[in-house]
Amino acid sequence: MNKLNFLQPDKNNFNTYLYTGVILVALSIFIVFLNSFFNKDIISFLPGSISFFLPLILGFIGLHLIRIDYSGLKFLDAINKNINTNNFNAFLSLLIVFVVIKSLPPLLSWFILDANIAGDSKDVCTGTGACWTYIKIWFNRFMYGMYPNAEQWRINLSFIALAFLGTIGFFATEKFKKYLTLYYVAVYPVIAFFFIFFFISGGPIFFDFSYGIIAAVISIIIGFFIPSKFKMYYFIIVPITLYILLKYVFFYEELIELGKLESLEWVETGAWGGLSLTFIVSFFCLIFCFPIGLFLSLGRRSDFPIIKYFSIGMIEFWRGVPLITVLFMSSVMFPMFLPEDMFIDKLVRVIIAISLFEAAYVAEVIRGGLQALPRGQYDAAKSLGMGYWKMHILVILPQALKLVIPGIANTFLALVKDTPLIFVVGLLEIVGMLNLAKTNPEWLGFAMEGYVFASVLFFIICYAMSKYSYNLEQKYKTER
Amino acid sequence: MSDKIIQITEMNKWFGDFQVLKNINLEVEKNKKIVVCGPSGSGKSTLIRCINRLEEHQQGSIIVDGNELTEDTKDIEKIRAEVGMVFQQFNLFPHLSILDNCTLAPIWVKKMPKKNAEELALQHLEKVQIADQASKYPGQLSGGQQQRCAIARALCMEPKIMLFDEPTSALDPEMIKEVLDAMVNLAKAGMTMIVVTHEMGFAKEVADEVIFMDEGMIVERAETKEFFAHPKSDRTKLFLSQIL
Repeated sequence: MNKLNFLQPDKNNFNTYLYTGVILVALSIFIVFLNSFFNKDIISFLPGSISFFLPLILGFIGLHLIRIDYSGLKFLDAINKNINTNNFNAFLSLLIVFVVIKSLPPLLSWFILDANIAGDSKDVCTGTGACWTYIKIWFNRFMYGMYPNAEQWRINLSFIALAFLGTIGFFATEKFKKYLTLYYVAVYPVIAFFFIFFFISGGPIFFDFSYGIIAAVISIIIGFFIPSKFKMYYFIIVPITLYILLKYVFFYEELIELGKLESLEWVETGAWGGLSLTFIVSFFCLIFCFPIGLFLSLGRRSDFPIIKYFSIGMIEFWRGVPLITVLFMSSVMFPMFLPEDMFIDKLVRVIIAISLFEAAYVAEVIRGGLQALPRGQYDAAKSLGMGYWKMHILVILPQALKLVIPGIANTFLALVKDTPLIFVVGLLEIVGMLNLAKTNPEWLGFAMEGYVFASVLFFIICYAMSKYSYNLEQKYKTER
Repeated sequence: MSDKIIQITEMNKWFGDFQVLKNINLEVEKNKKIVVCGPSGSGKSTLIRCINRLEEHQQGSIIVDGNELTEDTKDIEKIRAEVGMVFQQFNLFPHLSILDNCTLAPIWVKKMPKKNAEELALQHLEKVQIADQASKYPGQLSGGQQQRCAIARALCMEPKIMLFDEPTSALDPEMIKEVLDAMVNLAKAGMTMIVVTHEMGFAKEVADEVIFMDEGMIVERAETKEFFAHPKSDRTKLFLSQIL
């Protein structure tokens, strides 16, 4: 038997209970509020331990009194149904409310009331709160790293342009809707690459890699006219020959000079940094790791032993090593295996390393989705005469990928939060810049502000991604 | 010779050490309707899954429409496109609408223009009387409607042979009839059909011949009337007495 049962309200004394309860709850919250915000303890005349627990006890009794079933008052019913279902929940709710009230003033004072943002040196930060001046002064560095100040408009312009091009999907008319996937998968990354290479980096139009691109494009175009019998050999021989011809027969050095955009100063990737580098690394890793992971997951289920064991090997290897060692290897060991005249940029190596690393995780997530599909789907697709690729592209993957959107989003969020690790190869994205800034002798002692700032930025990015993935889930939801 | 559309000779199949099909010899002529019956585990489903090579056989030969099914048949997809199949669990593609389910294979496998494929699909959906559901998704349809859609989907490839793998076993009793009606109409239109089913009423109505299988062997094969009136083997008699 509940000893408090005699306090249960009935129709006759409904209002008495309601008002008494509300007053008690309000009183308890008021006491904590005064204590917390104005440092006034109005019940200090009571012995210490009682005055500490009194608000809890008052509120608890009050909540018990207003726990009236089917009171007819909407708000009261909502409270009773959600936070005041029984004594234990009432107690927990009160506790949470008190903790929030208690912790608000110190947070407010640190973040806003006692914080400084004026001025431009450490000296203005005399208060007990945060020193946002520090963030303000270093803001440029946190955003752009060591990128020369005069050239930062290039990053801004590129990102604004890319952001605009990225939102094109929302404005597309019905007629262009069907090309959107192609645009986002194939065209947009290339545009992004060119923006970053030519504009942010100020690279030459003819670089080592571009011969590969030109060779590939030319051979694909000619490839349409080659009978399918010889295609296999054609696509092995011709692109390589073209590449060699382009590189060694034409005058390489002269073309490089020719291709440079005159007015843009070359900024090497070592100088890139801050949030913009976080974006660049995350963006390309996300784009590359997904298809690689997709092929690995399909390869792991393949009937061909070579493909199968290659995929298993790749997945297990990349999953089995820590990212930090992978990054280290990519910067120290990898160049040793390259021919002496061949140079691959540090940033490119890092992006490849992270992509492969995350691809292994993506592969296993997608494999989970593939295994969740009933065998009948494969049977049905096969019985309609579809081959391996048609079956997977038209029937299997659309269903499997839909199932694994949450898992993929999980992996992608982890990827974004893994990017700070690139400090081991000397690339300083936002957290790297923070670590650099906090050791600056002029600005010692402001690590907290920096990390809070970075946390907020990362939270915004990750929350946006998670929201987006949830939207995708809703969009592609169909009944089974 | 030419009107024998399926020829199976001396076919054996194992699942690991277990022999599911033993020494199967079967010839099916064009436009014949064959019903395969038998107790569960007798290899009926495996047999018809072998005909479009959803299962591989290890010994003997299967010739479908003049093409032998072997390990290195590169045209296996072509044969599958000529052999329609309807499954016990429907196996519709849940991420596509009914119409898209029907047009997917004609468009991508047969390279049919989208317009023609849609017209064709609507024709077949009309035949099985679910044309009004064309824009819905499989999850929104009843079992009977889903199975009829599956039949229409297979027909859209304009197959020469239709295989039915217990098409009514997963259905509620009141929906069995609508599916059987669709199959009867199909049979009357002259399609070559091999049907694995326990619906003896359907067998009596449309089948030219009935095959009885047990323990991976074809125990008996006879004209429909003969099969039900004078079953020869004891095993068949027992089975019929249990099922009828």
